[in-house]
Amino acid sequence: MADFEPTIIAFVCNWCTYTAADLAGTSRLGYPANVRLIRVMCTGMVDPKYVIKAFLEGADAVLVSGCHPGDCHYINGNYKARRRIKLLKEILPQFGFGDERLRLTWIGASDGIQFAETIRDMVTQIKSLGPNEAKGTMVI
Amino acid sequence: MKTAKINVKDGDLLATLREFFRSILQLDDISAILVPQHLPMKNVVMPTLVTDPEQLNGANPLAPVFPMNAGKIVSRLTRKPTGGKVAVVLRPCEIRAFIELVKLKQGRIEEVVLVGIDCLGAYKNVDYAQMIEKEETEFTSRFYRNVLSGKEMAEQGFDLNPACKACEHPIPSGADILIGLFGVDTNKNLLVQARTPKGEDLYRNLDLSNAEEPPERAAVVEALIAERTAYRDKMFAETTEVTNSVEKLNIYLANCINCYNCRVACPVCYCKECVFVTDVFNHEPIQYLRWANRKGVIKMPTDTVFYHITRLAHMSTACVGCGQCSNACPNNIPVMELFRTVSFRTQKAFEYEPGRSVEDDPPLSVFREDELSDVVGIG
Repeated sequence: MADFEPTIIAFVCNWCTYTAADLAGTSRLGYPANVRLIRVMCTGMVDPKYVIKAFLEGADAVLVSGCHPGDCHYINGNYKARRRIKLLKEILPQFGFGDERLRLTWIGASDGIQFAETIRDMVTQIKSLGPNEAKGTMVI
Repeated sequence: MKTAKINVKDGDLLATLREFFRSILQLDDISAILVPQHLPMKNVVMPTLVTDPEQLNGANPLAPVFPMNAGKIVSRLTRKPTGGKVAVVLRPCEIRAFIELVKLKQGRIEEVVLVGIDCLGAYKNVDYAQMIEKEETEFTSRFYRNVLSGKEMAEQGFDLNPACKACEHPIPSGADILIGLFGVDTNKNLLVQARTPKGEDLYRNLDLSNAEEPPERAAVVEALIAERTAYRDKMFAETTEVTNSVEKLNIYLANCINCYNCRVACPVCYCKECVFVTDVFNHEPIQYLRWANRKGVIKMPTDTVFYHITRLAHMSTACVGCGQCSNACPNNIPVMELFRTVSFRTQKAFEYEPGRSVEDDPPLSVFREDELSDVVGIG
């Protein structure tokens, strides 16, 4: 398991977490290359299907990250995202996609340091958890 | 709540119910009645919309079968105002499905009077077709006598639908007018209850004499629900055991052929066009080869597990557990068992009971600023 490099799919909102990732980059903060960022306009547009598909395709973890409560560019998209993540956190663990593999965080545009830390922490967690077993199945 | 008894002549519940429906249909403000009826052209029971009181002779709401969840039919009937009231005779799960559809803006509750009957359960559609030979009415009479006297319901090797055996809602609590059978001496009378102001309006015009609910009814119902709940919890445990990993879920759904019958039969799956039949899933042929190349082998058709988990995300909070999904599966996948097991968790998470009231907002349609702090963060 020592050489297991997890793949983390991160849906990040354009206005906050993507900007934070950009800030981390321009500030030359290092973070593991395990994360694949997908920029969305708002966490409120992250359809539960996207998360389900990521897991079924073998993602070891999924991160959805957007603006802090009250800061959503579209007023309340992040509150809607929170309900959807709650829903997925009830459904997916029943099929072996553990609760720790799906994360929701609020990372504001100026939180470059926090973004890099979040990714580092997640990678450490998922490494100790091991790979997503969907990777080895013949079902797409 | 107003309660009355109506006399049952010669122990014939069906004749009594037909007479009762006739009296409802003859009321001035009722323009039609929707009721399951034994069809004259074929030995089956289907929902019928009746305006002529003479056309109720085949009405049979106690037949142990429901080929579809009629909540869907009521939503079609009430999509727009018609200017008249329709009385609809439904099972409790059909009422609950309709209430969900109303909240999803797929029907209107203003122009219906919900007439609910204590539900005795049903057999699977295919089993039922094999069980009845000629006399459908006779079969129904034997069935309700057996259930109400507490006899074993397995007959000719067929048992009741697992959805019905696991159903903790045998009483149509959301009905405007309730017709009670459990804990009632059904050889002599039936219970009629007006449970809402709308029900009371109808009740007043029906010339019924007030009576008390039989004192033993509450205990009988409680015992029945306890029995159903025990069956349900056992079903949950067994289903969890066989689906609690991706590998096991793949096995559980291995013979799914993407026919989407379960979605068509589902009363609360209301999208006009499901995403799974759109171009999103009309993959480029090369995509299949890419997948196969990556894994060495892929099972066809693709997107089966994806479909079921997505459907769970879409409708599990609204699932009323009617079991029509399992009824519709051509490959006998226990769809209801899986969906109810998951729905139980999602409904509990949002403290939501589908079909309880039109006042409860569907959980994914609302949010509060101050809630769910436990799902945020990386632990």
